[in-house]
Amino acid sequence: MKSHDAPRFHPASAPDYVPVPQLRSLQLERLKRIVRRAFDRVKLFRHRMEERKLVPDDVRALEDLGRLPFTVKTDLRDTYPFGLFASPMDEVVRLHASSGTTGKPTVVAYTQSDLEVWTEAMVRSLAACGLHRGDVVQNAYGYGLFTGGLGAHYGAEALGATVIPISGGNTERQIMVLQDFGVTAICCTPSYFLHLMERGRELGADFSKLRAGIFGAEPWSEAMRRRIEADTGVTAYDIYGLSEIIGPGVGIECFAQSGLHIFEDHFYPEIIDPQSGEVLPDGAEGELVLTTLSKDAMPMIRYRTRDVTAIVPEPCACGRSIRRIRRIARRSDDMFIIRGVNVFPSQVETALLAVEGTLPHYQIVLTREKGLDEMEVKVEVTPEVFSDQVRALEGLQRKLEQALDHTLGIRARVTLVGPRTLQRSEGKAKRVLDQRQI
Amino acid sequence: MKLRQLSLFLENRPGQLKLPCQVLGKAGIDILTMSLADTQQFGILRLVVKEEEKARRALEAAGCVVNVTEVLAAEVPDRAGGLADVLEAFDRCGLSVEYMYPLTSGHHAKTAVLLFRVEDPDRAAPLLRERGVHILTREEAFRSVGA
Repeated sequence: MKSHDAPRFHPASAPDYVPVPQLRSLQLERLKRIVRRAFDRVKLFRHRMEERKLVPDDVRALEDLGRLPFTVKTDLRDTYPFGLFASPMDEVVRLHASSGTTGKPTVVAYTQSDLEVWTEAMVRSLAACGLHRGDVVQNAYGYGLFTGGLGAHYGAEALGATVIPISGGNTERQIMVLQDFGVTAICCTPSYFLHLMERGRELGADFSKLRAGIFGAEPWSEAMRRRIEADTGVTAYDIYGLSEIIGPGVGIECFAQSGLHIFEDHFYPEIIDPQSGEVLPDGAEGELVLTTLSKDAMPMIRYRTRDVTAIVPEPCACGRSIRRIRRIARRSDDMFIIRGVNVFPSQVETALLAVEGTLPHYQIVLTREKGLDEMEVKVEVTPEVFSDQVRALEGLQRKLEQALDHTLGIRARVTLVGPRTLQRSEGKAKRVLDQRQI
Repeated sequence: MKLRQLSLFLENRPGQLKLPCQVLGKAGIDILTMSLADTQQFGILRLVVKEEEKARRALEAAGCVVNVTEVLAAEVPDRAGGLADVLEAFDRCGLSVEYMYPLTSGHHAKTAVLLFRVEDPDRAAPLLRERGVHILTREEAFRSVGA
């Protein structure tokens, strides 16, 4: 039996342990090169540098990064499809695109060497959570334009693990494969994993070989992790990534499960005040900004992720020198405001989980009645909480409402709904339904 | 001495009651009796069938949340004051009735059979028997509805 608590050292993890001064000088060297490359080849970046009367040679230290212009999501849309590419198409070997919820998707590009960087980052990610040759990895991230599927695929393969490229969807088949192929690790979104486990239990499936889950692509809470681990015995690791930077593998938790190590020799992190744009010191909470240090086809200088976190200044128990960020429980654009109160879906999740026995399948519905915002939280009834007595269910409803009131400071109506009536997405969970006509 | 009752969670919207009934119909399971508790938001359907396990599996496979609880089947004389007398026995035993509903009414018999949900049926049954209440066995209860 292999243990995930005491991972063997994987040679690919060596850059995770480089002494800090050496790491900083490598970062600076790469930063200078990439800023030069973007300046020479990407019109938008050059234009913004010139507006600020900056030239690549102004980058003399890592701190100088703070003077450079930001890149934002809309820049990708405004230059759709290929406007931010720094490589000619005959050097671009892969394109991915994000599902554009509004209008056009955002397109990202990779050269052969970018793909190697990505694979390396994914190998280091999987190695950090104790996976190795001999593991059987079910990759239930979607294959296709979404970076999740192929990113995890090539990483797990390069690690030497056995990869099952099952992609997302078809839950019954996922369960069959998970059981029959002796799967030891799974990659998918945490909400889809819960759905799989729930269905698996109904079917009486045996998942005893499954030890690790690599969960990402949507924010999830610490409370949800504890629930997953207690319910399934699987160690749940949080992986972080975004297509604009490279895809999955920008950062991941190690066995300490205490923040996500950022592979900062490739992806340089800064935390900024989202209002002023000011760089904040390590330890302070703010918006994560990432700069790709070694991506040629589409260098991202100071990309604003909208993810809210903080850099953890203390060294990690695992001994890695690369820094960690706190788990991302929220995105600055996930937030909604109800009756003047800022609310993040993760707060709702934490409140619901505080009430014993509630599985986190929920949806937040916002409506406006007679000019007043109303928040309704629909919670699915599970066999564990269901009772034949009306007052027991009404009691549960009241407890949930109290927990929400206590956590959020606002009144929300809790509605108990039937099992599996809330939409399960194969990918990211749609937690908030805003039906307010504003 | 005890009957196993299936309870189902129902959302309060059209079509919700029909679904479990159709599922049981397809599985060839006859509903012996049922009661529906409803609130503004949701309902709880309670059912008694002969093959509880098969019914539970069929309902769960159809996506229902099912809870199995035990109820007592007590004979109630079909005369004025018959139920009051039985409830008097409950009172004297210090038992509180969570809810109750009929299994058979006494059209052609001299007695009706009612199902009682109490907190601890194992403790309640002998106490009630001591007070002269006839608590039916599972078989007797099924026979009383001709099942």
